[in-house]
Amino acid sequence: MKGFLGVYLRELFLLKNRAFKFILSLSVSPLLYILAFGLGLGKHLTIKGIPYLQFLIPGLIAGTTMMQAFSINVEINISKFYLKSFEEFKCAPISEVEYLLGEVATGITRAFTATAIILILAYLSGVKPVINFSFFALIFLNTFFFACLGVISAMLIKSHADQTLITNFIITPMMFLSGTFFPVENLPPFLKELIMYLPLTLVTKDLRKVALGGQTVPEDFFVLSSLCLIIFLLGLKAVKYGRD
Amino acid sequence: MSQNCPKISVENISKTFDRIKALKSLSFSIKRGELFALLGPNGAGKTTLIKILAGIIPPDKGKVLIDGKDFFKDISKFKKEIGVVPQTINLEPELNLEENLLIHGLIYKMPFNKIKKQIKKVLLFVDLWERRKHRVKNLSGGMKRRLLIARALMHEPSILLLDEPTVGLDPQIRRRLWELIKKIQLKGATILLTTHYMEEAEQLADRVAFIHKGKLTVIDTPSNLIATLGQYAIDIYTKEKRITKYFQSREKAEKELLLYSRENTLVTLRRITLEDVFFKYIRSEL
Ligand SMILES: Nc1ncnc2c1ncn2[C@@H]1O[C@H](COP(=O)(O)OP(=O)(O)OP(=O)(O)O)[C@@H](O)[C@H]1O
Ligand SMILES: [Mg+2]
Repeated sequence: MKGFLGVYLRELFLLKNRAFKFILSLSVSPLLYILAFGLGLGKHLTIKGIPYLQFLIPGLIAGTTMMQAFSINVEINISKFYLKSFEEFKCAPISEVEYLLGEVATGITRAFTATAIILILAYLSGVKPVINFSFFALIFLNTFFFACLGVISAMLIKSHADQTLITNFIITPMMFLSGTFFPVENLPPFLKELIMYLPLTLVTKDLRKVALGGQTVPEDFFVLSSLCLIIFLLGLKAVKYGRD
Repeated sequence: MSQNCPKISVENISKTFDRIKALKSLSFSIKRGELFALLGPNGAGKTTLIKILAGIIPPDKGKVLIDGKDFFKDISKFKKEIGVVPQTINLEPELNLEENLLIHGLIYKMPFNKIKKQIKKVLLFVDLWERRKHRVKNLSGGMKRRLLIARALMHEPSILLLDEPTVGLDPQIRRRLWELIKKIQLKGATILLTTHYMEEAEQLADRVAFIHKGKLTVIDTPSNLIATLGQYAIDIYTKEKRITKYFQSREKAEKELLLYSRENTLVTLRRITLEDVFFKYIRSEL
């Protein structure tokens, strides 16, 4: 597990060096969403009887943690295409599991930092979501899934430009459509069918339930954990492919 | 482990990229404690060979034996035995020297107290201890090359692969690196070094091999290779080109020199170097 620590520590050192910028950039977009959609647009809006800002915060957390987890691919791409430091991992006697876990742990770290910032902003704007074990477990599974996806995309792509494509065509649409800003039911039927089955939709739905004081169904945890397991195994395959 | 089997044996290694045959059935072996230099022009296949021996890319065909055992069968065990200094600098520029080495120590599975000791040892060895808290991006080119060597030595490998370790450095720093490399060999490491600089190979290597278009041509000690041409050379400058003639002794060379200088042709006398041998073999291969 030392190999895991090596991979994780490298990313932590990089984050530490620009901790201030990192935290600042993590604060800006949630703040804008809260100001624009929560306080500006949604001031007198309620969804199913819930004030819009209360509806928005869990969605914002789900979407942002997904983004943060997935964005570990940026650092991996830089080390692959630009700094070539990824070659160090190719020379070293570390296993695919250690590498993948190290990167996933980075994604989780980033995501929980983002969560903390959004919660602070939420409190400041008068929203107090319920925070319990389910709340954290959902965020954990969400980030685990998308961090694995981030590593997979970084391993498979052949150039940095392809990465932007994936982000623009897959991640950004999910961020907006998976029930983060408005209920999925409002979408046109064909889109709704598609979006309903995305992992982020499930996380958003459950996280919102929990944050508003409700309970999640155990089946959802089972589905999410299974998805995480599957993507983790695919991630191992991708790392193996990326190293050769 | 038998003491007389070669440290590294390469047997019929081939590698093709798309349609480029980078290595064509290469075979050679390196003795324990030997410093072996691989000389060849750009695109000859030097880096490809180093990457295969470092376990970064697999060959299409062939075998590599380390201490007589199959390298690819137990690759993660053997990787701990190998230190790699790559041709392109691949340090983490935003991290400091210690952080770079710490991460290396961890991914090579070194014990924690050993990592700490080794960081100090290798940084002192390459004369960068004072700089340990500096970010790598602020080092000069020569310092970065030295740090690459320090990093490769962190886990105390018995084999060191150096891919053009002195490229782009000034003559003074190059000489300092030569001293370092020689010291590493004296401590018992087996070293494979690639270079474009004939002088480097002549100064450092116990044996050299020429690689050209993915094939090995000759393998021998620098002095034996030079002796195949003779000892002295004269360069004759005509209007169109330079002709070089080789001689076994100084007297014979001087005699010829005199003949040319009487005709008012520009001629110079010098010792034969590895460069002469290199051009002879590479040219005959073209
Ligand atoms: N990843 C790759 N994909 C395609 N071709 C490659 C790849 N790596 C190397 N080659 C080709 O293989 C041949 C040998 O390259 P290699 O890098 O081993 O040469 P080299 O001897 O190290 O050259 P140099 O002295 O310039 O570093 C070259 O023709 C090169 O273009
Ligand atoms: Mg090369």
